[in-house]
Amino acid sequence: MRSFQQRLADFDARGIRVVAISVDTPEVNLPHRQKLGVTFPLLSDPKAEVIRQYDLLHAGAGPDHSDISRPAEFLIDPTGTVRWANLTESFTVRARPDQVLEAFDQIKR
Amino acid sequence: MERSWNSWLWLGFLVVLAGLLTYVPIFARFPITRDFPWVNLLLLAIGLSLIGAGLFRAFGRPQLYRGRIFGSFLALLAVVGTGLFCWGLLVMARQLPASAGAPRVGQKAPQFTLVDQDNKPVELADLLKPQEGKPGGALLIFYRGYW
Repeated sequence: MRSFQQRLADFDARGIRVVAISVDTPEVNLPHRQKLGVTFPLLSDPKAEVIRQYDLLHAGAGPDHSDISRPAEFLIDPTGTVRWANLTESFTVRARPDQVLEAFDQIKR
Repeated sequence: MERSWNSWLWLGFLVVLAGLLTYVPIFARFPITRDFPWVNLLLLAIGLSLIGAGLFRAFGRPQLYRGRIFGSFLALLAVVGTGLFCWGLLVMARQLPASAGAPRVGQKAPQFTLVDQDNKPVELADLLKPQEGKPGGALLIFYRGYW
């Protein structure tokens, strides 16, 4: 997420709003956000309702076998349509900002 | 004659420890060393080689070099540690759900309202409202969480 923060100006210039979503509560997210040094919102889905809707639930993979989200990134256009998605095969490998910006710039409008 | 303490064994073990312990706090922060942990694997390979060379001379010339017992013990720890590291990053990290029902390119993203770090509700529809003069959109980054 730090890499997206570093390129946030490029996302702002295109009007793309960046948000990060996990099962963490706002009480966890507030200090974690400061520690990470990110300025985009960290959204909280403690019951994993939205995570289930997006079929991203990784059951039992969190602390004490709690349910968490698998890593994934989606680029949505103003009509609400997914224009680019990344479902990584390994949780050490995440999308890079350049991939997303490139995909965005290739969308025909 | 005093037998040497066989520093290769200790040095090798320290390099293996460095290889095991620097991934999460240091090298996982940079995509180039995180996506494939080549720096850490290189450190582990160097450390294991040093331990191997140290053991070789401990057994080959025991009158000159110590380390047949503690060297074997350090080697065992290093091999187990390296095995766990490789299993965790190269096997366990890939045990992810298939997510066959995740929204695909061209499909509508499910709407949602979630609270941010300040307990303020954030709605996807609001994120998607175009700003003046900009094409607009939203990037959703789902992540495992912090613990």
